Amino acid sequence: MKFRGKIIDVACLNHFTRVVTTISKLTKICVLRLTPDNLFFVLSGKVANGGVSMWCELSQANFFDEYQMEGVSSEDNEICLEVTPENLSRALKTVQNAKAVKLKLTKKHCPCLTIAAELPTLSSISRVVTHDVPVDVIPRRLWHEFKEPSMPDFDVSIYLPPLKTMKNVVDRMKNLSNFLVMEANLNGEMNLKIETDLVSVTTHFKDLGNPPWGDDASQDGGPSQSRDPEDMAQARVDIRKLQQFLMGQQVNPSKAMCNIVHERVVHLILLHEDVSLQYFIPAVA
Amino acid sequence: MLCICVCVYRPVLAKAIHSLSRIGDELYVEPQDDGLALRSVNSSRSAYACFLFAPLFFSRYTIPSGHAFRCKMAIKSVQAVFRSLASLEKTVEKCHIGLDEKKNRLTFTLHCKHGLLKTHNLSFQDSESLQAVFDKDSYGNVFRSHPRLLVDTVVHFPPSLEEVTVSVSDERMWVRNHVEEEDRSKSMLTELCLASDEFDHFAVTTQNSVTFCLKELRGMLVFAESTGLPVSMYFDEPGSPLVLSVTDSVLEGNFVLATLSDDSNHRKNNSRREQTPPPPPNDDFMDDDMDSYLIAMDTSIAPGPSATRPPTPPLAVSTYSKQPAAANHRSRLIAEEQEEEEEEEAELADSAGPPNKKFCSLFFGSVLPPSSQTSTQPVTNQEVLASDSEDDEQ
Repeated sequence: MKFRGKIIDVACLNHFTRVVTTISKLTKICVLRLTPDNLFFVLSGKVANGGVSMWCELSQANFFDEYQMEGVSSEDNEICLEVTPENLSRALKTVQNAKAVKLKLTKKHCPCLTIAAELPTLSSISRVVTHDVPVDVIPRRLWHEFKEPSMPDFDVSIYLPPLKTMKNVVDRMKNLSNFLVMEANLNGEMNLKIETDLVSVTTHFKDLGNPPWGDDASQDGGPSQSRDPEDMAQARVDIRKLQQFLMGQQVNPSKAMCNIVHERVVHLILLHEDVSLQYFIPAVA
Repeated sequence: MLCICVCVYRPVLAKAIHSLSRIGDELYVEPQDDGLALRSVNSSRSAYACFLFAPLFFSRYTIPSGHAFRCKMAIKSVQAVFRSLASLEKTVEKCHIGLDEKKNRLTFTLHCKHGLLKTHNLSFQDSESLQAVFDKDSYGNVFRSHPRLLVDTVVHFPPSLEEVTVSVSDERMWVRNHVEEEDRSKSMLTELCLASDEFDHFAVTTQNSVTFCLKELRGMLVFAESTGLPVSMYFDEPGSPLVLSVTDSVLEGNFVLATLSDDSNHRKNNSRREQTPPPPPNDDFMDDDMDSYLIAMDTSIAPGPSATRPPTPPLAVSTYSKQPAAANHRSRLIAEEQEEEEEEEAELADSAGPPNKKFCSLFFGSVLPPSSQTSTQPVTNQEVLASDSEDDEQ
């Protein structure tokens, strides 16, 4: 198992840092899966993390100037590491002005993802900073837990309003209730609702548009075709999970959308050129 | 009558007070013949800081003749005088510090534009002179650099980090975060390597490393950066204090920080030669040899428990360590000029040893140094760790 990557371009470094920081806001611990072409940050929906799962996919070629890896074996040419994204984020943030940043898998006191950066100086010798982030190597028999989640057979898919707007709404609703109902229909309308004994608040969004998913989007040719455009699909979710998602994101997505499986799950997707981030929040009764 | 006058208001004094507030809660004020001394010490007496402003710093400097005046006061209340530095810089023309003997108050008067006067009457307590005993000129390792270099260095470490380790070789300095042995598998390790030519002055006689608190270094840098004065760092061997200093023609600031002593060695024998300097960290990242990065790690589908489990259970760690870590913090740097019976108390604390838990600056204060350490100090019998809490009088 070997891995080494090098980022020289400042914009790439900055972008990568923002992605990692976004991940760090969503979860304390996640799995970093390295394949010859991609990096994945994965959180599988365990009860311990509130059933939330995450899947973030980056194409290595868009970030790394050099990228070399050798997986566990030639058939399983992958590396799976459990990392603390917060540590990665912190390490990357301090080296934003570096001439070059290397990421590599090393064996120090324990397996580490080492971030080594060459910082500019006035002297002839560069200043070098290294951050050793401890990681746990995940054995192959557990890899099946970190496969790409299948696209849920959603009832409604809708584009999200500007995330900042949504964040402001959710932030305020959070003061009133612990749970929020997200509902949307195929007519481009979405509502965010809270209902407590004392108060009911609903924020309405309209003309959001519904993404044109192909036939492959849902298993049986799509319930969407037969669905009444006015009919709302809804899911009641933990408001903190939604807030976390809205607060942490620094990806500035070109597209943000949301799939709702009625009373089952909210599936949020952010797309930005080369990065895709999917976040699943389970519905609660 | 004590009367000090700063004619053109300069934020330097306020910055110094601000910087001292990072050390302790109390400000010791002592007008001396050679200038106004402002000092502070932290509660565990592991860090001490002193600024001396020469009479020339002030437009007028008069001190009471005959009896020496010294006092201590809550540093917060002094900081309140100089709150909102930025606006003060624009409005204050001069600052007057005087003693109101009738009311027993120290008076800070800020003369602002348009004839506005702001007067702060601060209460104070009498105190003994606070003086750390150190002789930085006898130290073997001396470095001087623009504060920017150190600021750029500490920025790589998280604000929550307590201690850093500085190691030196003939042409490099490494700065690392200090992590207790048992936390090593969990914590991120950060290491920064500085070349000697980044320093204005780089003199190493013993290649060794010292561990000290980052908080006080940051405090010093606040001051150094705002004044742009170069910072000098002096240190010798693990366990003996590290000194940071800034000097100017009219002011001098010294920060004396306790360092973590090397484990077992100094307790068992006092011979300092026993302490072998740690090997300088290797710097494989300096060369660009690809293969050296790629270290194979096996994660085959091994039977048995998950390979993801932490490498060593805590139990194993403790059996390996020869003696409880962290039982070896001591300070030998603070001494008040009076000698009291604190000595015995300190000795007791030494034998009992601080709790075997995470290194914490609290442990620094209560321990006497082994005799070998005293050679660097001019006056051996002053190494008394006197607490000033006894002589508190209102």
